[in-house]
Amino acid sequence: MIPFQYARANDVADAIKQIATDPSAKFIAGGTNLIDLIKYDVEGPSRLIDISHLPLRSVEPTSAGGVLIGAMVPNTDLAYHPLIEQRYPLLSRAILSGASQQLRNMASTGGNLLQRTRCFYYYDTATPCNKREPGSGCSAIDGVNRINAILGTSEACIATHPSDMCVALAALEATVHVAGPAGARTIAFADFHRLPGNTPQRDTNLEPDEIITAIELPPKGFSANYSYLKIRDRLSYAFALVSVAAALELDGDTIKEARLALGGVAHKPWRSTAAEAALLGQRTDAAAFAKAADWLLHGAKGYGHNNFKIGLARRAIIRTLGQAARGTPQSNSDKKIR
Amino acid sequence: MASYIGSATSRVDGRAKVTGEAKYAGEFNVPGLVHGYVVESTIPKGRIVRIDISGALEVDGVIDVLTHRNRPQMADNDDAYKDEVATEKGSPYRPLYDDIVLFSGQPLALVLAEDWETARVAASLVKVEYQKAPHVTDLHAERANAFAIDKPEEPRGDAEKAFASAAVRHEAEYFIPTEHHNPMELFASTAIWDDGKLTVYDKTQGVQNVQQYLCGVFKLKPDAVRVMSPYMGGGFGSGLRPQYQVVLAVLAARALKRPVRVMLSRAQMYALGHRPATIERLALGANSDGTLDAMTHEAIAVTSQFEEFARNDTGWGNLLYKSPNAKFEHKLVKLDVPTSCDMRAPGAATGVYALECAMDELAVALKMDPVQLRLQCYSDRDQGADIPYTSKQLRECYRQGAAAFGWDKRKAEPRSMREGSDLVGWGMASGVWEALQMPTTVRIVLTANGHAEVATAASDIGTGTYTIMAQVAADMLGLPIDNISVKLGDSTLPQCPLEGGSWIASSVCNAIANTARAVRGDLLKLAIGMKDSPLTGTGVDDVALIDGKIISRRDATRAVSIASAMQSGNADRITREEANKVAEDKSRARNVHSAIFAEVRVDEQLGVIRVTRVVNAVAAGRILNPKTAHSQVMGGVVWGIGMALHEETLFDHRFGRVMNANIAEYHVPVNADVHDIKVIFVDEPDEIVNPLGIKGLGEIGIVGVAAAIANAVYHATGKRVRDLPITLDKMVQFN
Ligand SMILES: Cc1cc2nc3c(=O)[nH]c(=O)nc-3n(C[C@H](O)[C@H](O)[C@H](O)COP(=O)(O)OP(=O)(O)OC[C@H]3O[C@@H](n4cnc5c(N)ncnc54)[C@H](O)[C@@H]3O)c2cc1C
Ligand code: SF4
Repeated sequence: MIPFQYARANDVADAIKQIATDPSAKFIAGGTNLIDLIKYDVEGPSRLIDISHLPLRSVEPTSAGGVLIGAMVPNTDLAYHPLIEQRYPLLSRAILSGASQQLRNMASTGGNLLQRTRCFYYYDTATPCNKREPGSGCSAIDGVNRINAILGTSEACIATHPSDMCVALAALEATVHVAGPAGARTIAFADFHRLPGNTPQRDTNLEPDEIITAIELPPKGFSANYSYLKIRDRLSYAFALVSVAAALELDGDTIKEARLALGGVAHKPWRSTAAEAALLGQRTDAAAFAKAADWLLHGAKGYGHNNFKIGLARRAIIRTLGQAARGTPQSNSDKKIR
Repeated sequence: MASYIGSATSRVDGRAKVTGEAKYAGEFNVPGLVHGYVVESTIPKGRIVRIDISGALEVDGVIDVLTHRNRPQMADNDDAYKDEVATEKGSPYRPLYDDIVLFSGQPLALVLAEDWETARVAASLVKVEYQKAPHVTDLHAERANAFAIDKPEEPRGDAEKAFASAAVRHEAEYFIPTEHHNPMELFASTAIWDDGKLTVYDKTQGVQNVQQYLCGVFKLKPDAVRVMSPYMGGGFGSGLRPQYQVVLAVLAARALKRPVRVMLSRAQMYALGHRPATIERLALGANSDGTLDAMTHEAIAVTSQFEEFARNDTGWGNLLYKSPNAKFEHKLVKLDVPTSCDMRAPGAATGVYALECAMDELAVALKMDPVQLRLQCYSDRDQGADIPYTSKQLRECYRQGAAAFGWDKRKAEPRSMREGSDLVGWGMASGVWEALQMPTTVRIVLTANGHAEVATAASDIGTGTYTIMAQVAADMLGLPIDNISVKLGDSTLPQCPLEGGSWIASSVCNAIANTARAVRGDLLKLAIGMKDSPLTGTGVDDVALIDGKIISRRDATRAVSIASAMQSGNADRITREEANKVAEDKSRARNVHSAIFAEVRVDEQLGVIRVTRVVNAVAAGRILNPKTAHSQVMGGVVWGIGMALHEETLFDHRFGRVMNANIAEYHVPVNADVHDIKVIFVDEPDEIVNPLGIKGLGEIGIVGVAAAIANAVYHATGKRVRDLPITLDKMVQFN
């Protein structure tokens, strides 16, 4: 841990200005991830720019029929917001399956997207880690990798993105609104997080001097047929070994549209167009779900301790799609949300 | 007046705890306090070549950095470092002593600053250069180097031969990984030197143990050192031995001539002691009627390179089950880790887990109900010493536990009890622990206003010692409980052993009884001295103290109020200090027992396990306070759930480091994992074990719980997982 300066940003423009002048500064929102990383000496920002007071705290319907969520909306408020509970229950359930009530009270919408991996080695400065120290090596590949990725990995890094909320946002095809010195832009959720490749130090395509201002949800919320299933080592307060977000639009028992995303298995929420396409026009039966699972898990690779995740993910996908199709989103094997 | 003993009295220290009035070791603020932050080794074995402290010293607010090179003097012989619970064999670890690195996480330097944050910042700037040496941290890989320690229990007959010719056999290995205590309160010590005298506020389960240890390490006279630990936020065994931060705090206070506090971080606490990873091998041979003919129990457990820590893992079968042939072996493997230490029910939590799983597997092989098998082998004698028990209501535990659980509705066949996509399983196990008493002295000061102070040097580690002592003293002195104040956790108080082994309740309460008797004797003398005393001619055991009066047991009309007796004798206070009588009698075994019944629901596809019901029926002599006792056993059950399903310290053996050294990744059960827990106390009057019939409850709650759950998982799924924790990837073949 090193000493740092602290400054509050007055508005978004001020935040951008402050970060542009100091490349080793960092934004701090809820601080639930960043402060831990500072304590572990993984992060050492010279200055913390506090953006938690920025007026980005509203959840509003958009003229396009969707919803715009301010980047500073706490995870708890978002999960329990009537618009979200009613129209995007998949998102609500995903958020409530994560962390603890206290953490969700502090955690912000923007910060949730930018939380770092929980790979053990990333947090232990006594061990090599390419994400923390590019070029030093990846300790997880031959190490304790039970919680690591099976999809989209590289020789440089097999870390996962640990968020639950993001898995739902990926399935819902949200858009990320960001602002920077060059102005505002939007990033499709699928393009927001990156695969590790040979730059595992970069988790996302957000530029260092950009700030997330909002998340936009499109009109479609799949509120009738959805399910978020999170499989973990205890029934609450643990990161996902595998999580599945499934959203279906049905015509009787025929699938008209399908969204399927996995958490806990890759450097980003994992989707595949082939998997979703494979479900179109199919009946809601286990055979169709299994085919989609095979597509989604195509190319999955275990690293020893995490081999089980491949088969677990397959079964979890089938279960979650079934729950979504039946309109019974909760499973006994998941934490009771209500 | 109603008796306090046996009543569900709320914690007398509850209010102090919830209001923050109760202070813990890291909360004693004194003017000029210096804060220390530890720099730990990042390698498990080698030597320090160089420590560069210059960066740390440059930080504003840093006072000094202590290392093995510039620390004040400390003792240079092993004996000085041997505390009450030090292992018999070995050289205790000496903090900051020299340049040798014995384990990862070992303290190598202590940064001292005006505040804790500054010390922490500066600690990250200390640079250590090592000369690494090859290390070993994997029990399985080092198994070939295991060596046997003295026979834990004598063998009987020929277990191998009997096993070979047994009608039904079961043989298997079980594994329990390294586990850590993770008490909520961080380890901390505050050391204050004043005029040649040292006062230390320490997180410890034994203030007098730490006091004697510090006298040894720093060559101090006993009356120059006072150690205090009035409250403790959980110990579970981790606070039995003095931990290194207390040495560092005293060293630094000496060096700086200022008060110093050293508080560890959560991660640093993973380099204190741990429950050793243990391989257990069981070989059980039975006759076809379910009586045992052969029992072999071997354990291979981890210890450090420098001390030989071992507990009784293998002897419990001798207490539970009759077997004419039996053999026991305990081996150790030395690894480059800190010395293992006691953790809730040390030896039994692990050994009985293996034994009770093996018994379940034997029951399956015999096609016999698991409870029936236990009754078939039931032993009314300690097989090892061949002696009867002072009391043993284990049969009643089985009966009442089974009835409360509804065991008679169990279908024997695995996978036969389903509900939706869940497989339901019912399993059971037995539990056993010791009912010990240790020499303890209690002081009572009774004042003429009808108040009494009861004092001994025990630590209340959260179990409710303050409360039960107040209850017993109130009954023995005939005073309302509000008139009793209990003083604990101060080494200058009368002698008391460590708070561990479940012996504190029996030791302290019997000592209170003896001291109260002495007080009663004094009061009676004063009463008899009164003019026309109605108590003339009575002896101390002919009277009782009830409702503020000295009353003849035979004739309640013959009574004198305590106040008037003291007044007439001009006594404004009576002070007495007496010890308990620890039975020398070796003709009887002293144990507590339990029967645990567990229900699990396993998601057949996904392998997710939920422990939906647990009944723990405990026979532990007199229950002083059903409320605190219930909490104690319930906590044990929750811990047992963790042991069965969650807990595991994960090492990366390449680095010799713990990789999940935090409570986000080291999993213990959370509320969502804990469902219906029912605790039953089986009546067990016992006038032999000690005068008050108290057996103790600290450990028994966890013993056998993991086995009951593992057995339930087998019953649900037909899959036997022998290495803990039973995570979902071990349940289902996922490919
Ligand atoms: C013990 C524990 C358990 C947890 N369990 C779960 C779980 O099960 N599931 C789950 O999904 N999550 C879990 N979390 C993670 C938690 O959800 C995240 O820590 C949280 O969402 C981060 O939000 P924050 O606002 O606190 O971010 P901060 O810690 O403030 O910031 C995180 C990062 O984002 C940057 N940042 C923040 N906001 C912005 C912005 N608007 N624009 C640009 N940059 C920004 C910061 O600079 C920083 O780098 C857990 C966390 C802990 C500590
Ligand atoms: S998986 Fe990524 S984060 Fe983990 S050790 Fe390898 S490089 Fe570091």
